[in-house]
Amino acid sequence: MARASILRRTIATPLILSALLLGFALIAWASGSRPFNQTVIDIFLQVILVVGLYTFIGNSGVISFGHIAFACLGGYVAAWTTIKPMMKGIAMPGLPDWLMQMEIPYWAAALAGGAFAAFWALVFGAVLMRLSGIAASIATFAMLAMVNAIYSNWSSVTAATSSVVGIPIVRSIWPYLIAAILAVFVAWAFSVSRFGLALRAAREEPTAAAASGVNIPRVRLIAFVISGAIMGAGGALYAHSIGIVTPDTFYLGLTFTTLSMLVVGGMGSLSGAVLGVLILSSLIQVLRWLEAGVQVGTGTFALPGGVQEIALGAVMILILMFRPAGIMGNSELTGRRARAEKPGEPGHA
Amino acid sequence: MQVVFDALSLGSLYALGALGIALIFGVMRLVNFAHGDVIAFCVFALLWPSVDAVAIVFAGNLPWFLLIPFTLAVGAGLSVLSEALVFRRFRRANPATMMIASFALGFVIRYFLLMLFSSRPKSISLLPGLSQPVEILGARIPLLQVITILVTLAVLVGLTAFLRRTRFGLEMRAAAENFTMARMLGVRANRVIMGAFALSGALAGAIALILGSQTGTANIMMGASVMLMAFIATVIGGMGSLAGAVIAGFALGAVATVMQVVLPPDARAFRDAFVYGAVILVLIFRPQGLLAARGTKERV
Repeated sequence: MARASILRRTIATPLILSALLLGFALIAWASGSRPFNQTVIDIFLQVILVVGLYTFIGNSGVISFGHIAFACLGGYVAAWTTIKPMMKGIAMPGLPDWLMQMEIPYWAAALAGGAFAAFWALVFGAVLMRLSGIAASIATFAMLAMVNAIYSNWSSVTAATSSVVGIPIVRSIWPYLIAAILAVFVAWAFSVSRFGLALRAAREEPTAAAASGVNIPRVRLIAFVISGAIMGAGGALYAHSIGIVTPDTFYLGLTFTTLSMLVVGGMGSLSGAVLGVLILSSLIQVLRWLEAGVQVGTGTFALPGGVQEIALGAVMILILMFRPAGIMGNSELTGRRARAEKPGEPGHA
Repeated sequence: MQVVFDALSLGSLYALGALGIALIFGVMRLVNFAHGDVIAFCVFALLWPSVDAVAIVFAGNLPWFLLIPFTLAVGAGLSVLSEALVFRRFRRANPATMMIASFALGFVIRYFLLMLFSSRPKSISLLPGLSQPVEILGARIPLLQVITILVTLAVLVGLTAFLRRTRFGLEMRAAAENFTMARMLGVRANRVIMGAFALSGALAGAIALILGSQTGTANIMMGASVMLMAFIATVIGGMGSLAGAVIAGFALGAVATVMQVVLPPDARAFRDAFVYGAVILVLIFRPQGLLAARGTKERV
């Protein structure tokens, strides 16, 4: 009974967010412009990645700097499984034979990427989830550096630091839209599930939660694996959107962008994760446009390169200063007025 | 012999970095991700802004007795500035928030450098006299390595003396132990924190000089790898414990160097991956670090 009511009370959030994403997709589809199409695809990819981050960070309260490593794993799975065997033989001669011959459609590659990343999340997580607080954050950073070091040096399988080209590019926005909506629903389902609720309890009051029988490392591990799977699938789709992968695509830069989106939107809120992406992506887009140069009167006005990241960093610091919980704080978009804030009623998932 | 010196000089670098991070963590529980970018900034402060591949050396042409104080001052200045502008507002925030803020600040500094200098690595020759080899105990060691080790030892001795003998050092240690209590007893919080940032920045400047003359290149990413190892050293050493940070720094340097020698050639490229793996293992068995600092244990 309680289960059904919690579902009913919170289902509005993923529905509203999906509608929002669908709206973006429709605008892109209606405008029919190629660059805009690509922008919207980028936004959907960021949504997948940031929602993946949220699934772990938002629910557990442990900051992870390492999740982009899972996107890296997923991205390379896409490269291993979808590039034409002939090209693979040249770029990555060290692949085992069965992988060398494999050529699967992009959606299967995304699933495989997710599964591969989830597997490694399970392996790393079994070790890392016993840590907490700052030690855990730094250990995830070490994990990111480790994955990056391996993928940047294992030339026979990952072509080292040179880019792997020839991944079939998917230009239609619909697969990305579906994946983003799926990610939102998975994240929502997790956070209202028994494990999600236990994990949130552990985030707020670790001692009380542990005393009430929550096995904190275990629920954290579950969140870590699910978010790893989302990141892996997101990474694979990322590879399909641009057609190439390099280890440095999935390193500090992407970590920084996705983390800042989550922080700006609000770490503890799924709506915050999605809104953070939409807001910061728009900002990035405007800055990129300014960096490329704008015709003002007779001359062109262009910002020097790098301003984009600087502005992003500044926005992030300002938000942290004045609204440390992010734009959404801990609340969600529910389609109802914020009457739910009254004491006694459990917060929305 | 060569191996010992390699290990010591790499360890010195990590130890200096770890010290810079541990100092700040000790007084305000801030994990300063911007530290690596302060290092890069110090190197670039010696150059004139340009996007050419060949660096236009500017302050780098100063004679060494001016060059060294200049770099240290740049590091200290930038570090104090970041405290005054950014971290002061986060005094009461929780450590996770501060950590993300410093991560963002580091990115701002890095891309500021990118804007002025472009992302291409530049070659510079800094203190070229130091690359000549010297003969010690039958091994040919670059003079720079010897100096690195000596400088680190000098810094450690100096810092210990400073922390143990001077009033300011005493205040800093008191603040690291129990910040609220120290304030109640009349330690000025802002001064102590400023001091910690200045010291940490100066240490970043020292690392910048060593790295710059060692590698002969300036790269906006150059601080990142040292910083990561330095972080790991602070965590392994026990957050906030200065002695632990130094020991762990040297230990990491030793492990990395030994792995370089012991690992089969095929696996050598993955040295760093092995080091990170070893670190994760250490953390599992001793999550508080080797020497846990007092007062960092979470209380219920």
